[in-house]
Amino acid sequence: MRFFQILKYTKNNLALNKTRSFLTMLGIIIGVAAVIAIVSVGASAQDLLLAQVKAMGTNLIGILPGASDDQGLPSAVFGIEVTTLKYEDALEIRNLPDILAICAYVTGRGTVGYFNQTKELNYTGVMPEYPTVEDAAVATGRFIKQEDMDNMARVAVLGSKAASDLFGQDFPLEKQIKINQIVFKVVGVMAERGASGLQNQDEQVFIPLRTAQKIMLGIDHVAYIRAKVDKEANIEPAIGRVKEVLRFRHHIKDATKDDFSVRSTAQALDILGSITQALKMFLAAVAAISLIVGGIGIMNIMFVTVSERTREIGLRKAVGAKRRDILWQFLMESALMTSLGGVIGIILGVSISSAIALGVNSFGYEWKLIITPLSIFWAVFMAASVGLIFGLWPANRASLMSPMDALRKQ
Amino acid sequence: MLIKLANITKDYVDEGVPTTALRGVTLAVSAGEFVAIMGASGSGKSTLMHVIGFLDKKTTGQYFFDNENANEFDDANLAQIRNQKIGFVFQAYNLLARTSVLDNVLLPTIYTPHLDVKATAKKAREILAKLNLSHRVDYQPNQLSGGEQQRAAIARALINEPRLILADEPTGNLDSHSGQEVMEVLQDLNEEGHTIVMVTHEKYVAECARRIITLKDGQIISDQKVAERHLAKDGLIK
Repeated sequence: MRFFQILKYTKNNLALNKTRSFLTMLGIIIGVAAVIAIVSVGASAQDLLLAQVKAMGTNLIGILPGASDDQGLPSAVFGIEVTTLKYEDALEIRNLPDILAICAYVTGRGTVGYFNQTKELNYTGVMPEYPTVEDAAVATGRFIKQEDMDNMARVAVLGSKAASDLFGQDFPLEKQIKINQIVFKVVGVMAERGASGLQNQDEQVFIPLRTAQKIMLGIDHVAYIRAKVDKEANIEPAIGRVKEVLRFRHHIKDATKDDFSVRSTAQALDILGSITQALKMFLAAVAAISLIVGGIGIMNIMFVTVSERTREIGLRKAVGAKRRDILWQFLMESALMTSLGGVIGIILGVSISSAIALGVNSFGYEWKLIITPLSIFWAVFMAASVGLIFGLWPANRASLMSPMDALRKQ
Repeated sequence: MLIKLANITKDYVDEGVPTTALRGVTLAVSAGEFVAIMGASGSGKSTLMHVIGFLDKKTTGQYFFDNENANEFDDANLAQIRNQKIGFVFQAYNLLARTSVLDNVLLPTIYTPHLDVKATAKKAREILAKLNLSHRVDYQPNQLSGGEQQRAAIARALINEPRLILADEPTGNLDSHSGQEVMEVLQDLNEEGHTIVMVTHEKYVAECARRIITLKDGQIISDQKVAERHLAKDGLIK
């Protein structure tokens, strides 16, 4: 039997059994599409998170309360509130060389109201240098000043979305709002920043750190401190000096007993990178499961049709097909189905990934469509192997039977 | 001698029960003969035909096909013999579903090396014309009557001009009219020189042949020429 002849008969055979061919291909299509889409989403999500951390600026130092080793997670991640960092620590660090700006943070959630308009929002207690640290800008009015801190003034600066949500078309400046029933005066509105990190900065309400600590929360500590260093080369020495100052202020003699941790954005990127890598691995495992499910689908349809096909194989052998001819026929059928299914699966997988990218981007994120050739290769390779194995295995068994036994098979 | 069997036995295991289907069958068939193998069900007649046609393997004994010792054939040789020297007609037709009559007839030729595709297709149409199936060439088996399906199956058996035609209860699934048509075809083919071995359990069908071999319990109990041969075109009387 010549090759093109086999191909022609295979094509006809598949066309004659449309339902069976389609169901077999469906397994491959679903498997391949799922793997490509899931792996793509994982890669894009990782890229998005890392890009947002990078966008914060690479010459930032983060100071967190509680000890943690260089690679591990800060205790705040586990929901433990550590109270060792103070406002005064931030002021001390500000005086160190190479530090351009500093901001300590506390956060809370509350009901923010303007007339009969109320909204559940996050408020953040910050220091006057917040805009410098975070590369944020004030659109109208002013930001929080040192006097506001010293006087524990009840003034607020609204994120752009918080302002439009509360005030609509009204002009917010000099208006009074209530945060958890306490009256604040709006002194400024921030420029729009877009969604960043896990919180939308545009939905924040900023108030003076001291006001937040004393009036809103009744605490003395801060959640974390960020310091901006003049240039990247100065980050490592700056981290060393920050540690020294904090040890002195906290009366710590042994560095292993630190009650704080200091990290640069680069280190944070590393940690976030390893977290998102784990996430990607998890997603890949999910994708592998969908491949297995697709494989079982192929296996099922092959087994369901095996008796019909066994009789066909018996007949073919009775009229002169050699075992090799039978195996070739089934190999070609499986190969044609898996490659067609693979192509459709790739198209579908890429379409799904693109649709997700479009959807996420419509929420204002910078979601990059990332499709790795390796995921396409593995998806198609696995699906094709499954298709070939489960296509050939029953055929091989039938091809070993005597023609009569195969013909008799019910 | 086209077929020469000596002391053929066949044992097999049917759903766990060991069965002996043939117990020492000795038989010779010359080219040009038309032999009917008769016997009750379970007598081993179908098994004998399957062994003759290499659809099943004998357990012991000697088998010479076309003066060649079958013991020396490997699976590839057997496939080649089934393809080029033997044509099968089954009781259940065994046509490929959803495949045109023409493609069904051409099925054996897929497995024949060095064949002129165009010439073969032309030959298939000629055979179909001879069997009055010209108007059914592009039909699918399920659109055909039983008699037409069996004639298509005969056309398939003829496509490679085999030395031997084996028919297993060729009229078994047919009404008497269609059965008559099929027997007419087989008799005509025999007249043209084809060697035919046919299994049947009906005497009036067997009497269309020239020689009847009767089997009982896996052994030949009689082997005689047909004295008064039925001619199918005169009608088959049950």
